[in-house]
Amino acid sequence: MLEMDEIQKRILNEVAGLHDVPEGAYNIRANGKSAGRASTANIDIIPREDGQGLTVKIKPGTKHESVHIPVVMTQTGLKEVVYNDFYIGEGSDVVIVAGCGIDNCGNQDSQHDGVHRFFVGKGARVKYVEKHYGSGNGRGKRILNPVTEVYIEDDGQAEMEMIQIKGVDDTDRVTKAELGAGASLVVRERLMTHDDQNAVSTYVVNLNGAGSKADVVSRSVARDKSYQKFDAVITGNAPCSGHTECDAIIMDEGRILAVPGLEANDVDAALVHEAAIGKIAGDQIIKLMTLGLTEAEAEEQIINGFLK
Amino acid sequence: MLELKNVSFGVEGGGNNGIKEIIRDVSFTVPDDKLIVITGPNGGGKSTIAKIIAGIEKPSGGSIIMDGEDITDMSVTERARKGIGFAFQQPVRFKGIEVFDLIRLATGRKISAADAREYLSAVGLCARDYINREVNSSLSGGELKRIEIATILAKAPKLSVFDEPEAGIDLWSFKNLIEVFEGMRRNIKDSSMLIISHQERILNIADEIIVIKDGRVCANGTKDEVLPSLISTESAVRECTGIKRGGDLDA
Repeated sequence: MLEMDEIQKRILNEVAGLHDVPEGAYNIRANGKSAGRASTANIDIIPREDGQGLTVKIKPGTKHESVHIPVVMTQTGLKEVVYNDFYIGEGSDVVIVAGCGIDNCGNQDSQHDGVHRFFVGKGARVKYVEKHYGSGNGRGKRILNPVTEVYIEDDGQAEMEMIQIKGVDDTDRVTKAELGAGASLVVRERLMTHDDQNAVSTYVVNLNGAGSKADVVSRSVARDKSYQKFDAVITGNAPCSGHTECDAIIMDEGRILAVPGLEANDVDAALVHEAAIGKIAGDQIIKLMTLGLTEAEAEEQIINGFLK
Repeated sequence: MLELKNVSFGVEGGGNNGIKEIIRDVSFTVPDDKLIVITGPNGGGKSTIAKIIAGIEKPSGGSIIMDGEDITDMSVTERARKGIGFAFQQPVRFKGIEVFDLIRLATGRKISAADAREYLSAVGLCARDYINREVNSSLSGGELKRIEIATILAKAPKLSVFDEPEAGIDLWSFKNLIEVFEGMRRNIKDSSMLIISHQERILNIADEIIVIKDGRVCANGTKDEVLPSLISTESAVRECTGIKRGGDLDA
């Protein structure tokens, strides 16, 4: 059983879909301390000596296993920087579920900055799911500044799903990736900001090996007076293919800046970017209204679908 | 029963007072249990009338009465909840919303995949292949059109308005489309249908035909009264000057 209170358990469910300890390897961090940890025969979770993070070692050839490392914070004024390193052994195939939820009912800012480094071995495959969530009605902000670095060796694959739908006041996300020959990276980012929130998401992807490929897609919604910046640069240093896409819905007085960037340093680098920002199409709302939904219900359905 | 009484609709631009009249003093009735087809030349105002009935456009004059209640000022949502269904001529695409979501929203209740299958089968789509597809640009125009019709089947409205349902129906025969309409008549109690169409085979299943030209009703009568004179002009889209109620031609 986990040593957590009800609020912490609710947040845990929001970010990781967990009610209790998960199967497989896990570490649950609550208010700066481990609330539960388990390694498995193939996955070793080793806490750093300073207590600020983990080293996760996945043995080569490990298949169909998962690692859960959610973080919950309910203490106002808590600020932490956590360093987690993941070594994903050659030929393994694993799922890593991270995520951070902050409930801040106080008047001081709560901040979690997670620095995650992934070392994906040759031919290994990792799916990484990260969900960020904030709640609480205090005046203190809920701040998350994740830094993700991904190093993918030859023929390795990383698929990353990064979701922030609600309640995070300020986020500055940086994702960097270096890909070897035949390696692939797929990123699916889902973001919604509301009220006065601010979200910056920066990607720097270097396609260094022949046959490497990257697909970075962000779908986002900016409502109320929130601001978002999406800045994605893919550099092709070898025969490779890269695609970046920002598809954004803007509402109310929201603002969005999309800065797609491509750099080709090899004649066989094929790079594409797409960016579209606009409000919800009027005919989408009308169609759902003809099915009996109110305008507000129609908007909600459209946004839910868009961010699914 | 739906009644349009002296409905007019104008848009800015043109005309004496800067208003261009699209619909002029249109009146007709869609009785319960009847299938009415509106036809007439392109640009005559047929689609505008359909949108006025659904509440998407607001008339500049006249009134719309449904089952004795004035719905002229009601929103699209209120009319939908009163039992008006509307199938778009060009169905809308949505990123992320799946076929199942759209059908579920149309029914207004929680449904199972098996329930949704029934509506998709009725429009000739294999549910297994479509139920989890996004209603986005990966679907062809014909597929979207059939899904649009499936949402009307799922909604089972008291009055269904179809704006050119045959347009873009690819690889799926008219016979099936007509079976859908006939099935709706059988299965939805006291339901009536208003179909905008140029197609003779759809005109053939009408109880009554209304011809709209230049924003006016230029003929309105039973199929047997109106259809022969339309066909004699080679095509339903051709001008119908001279046809009036009862289907007689002016001398």
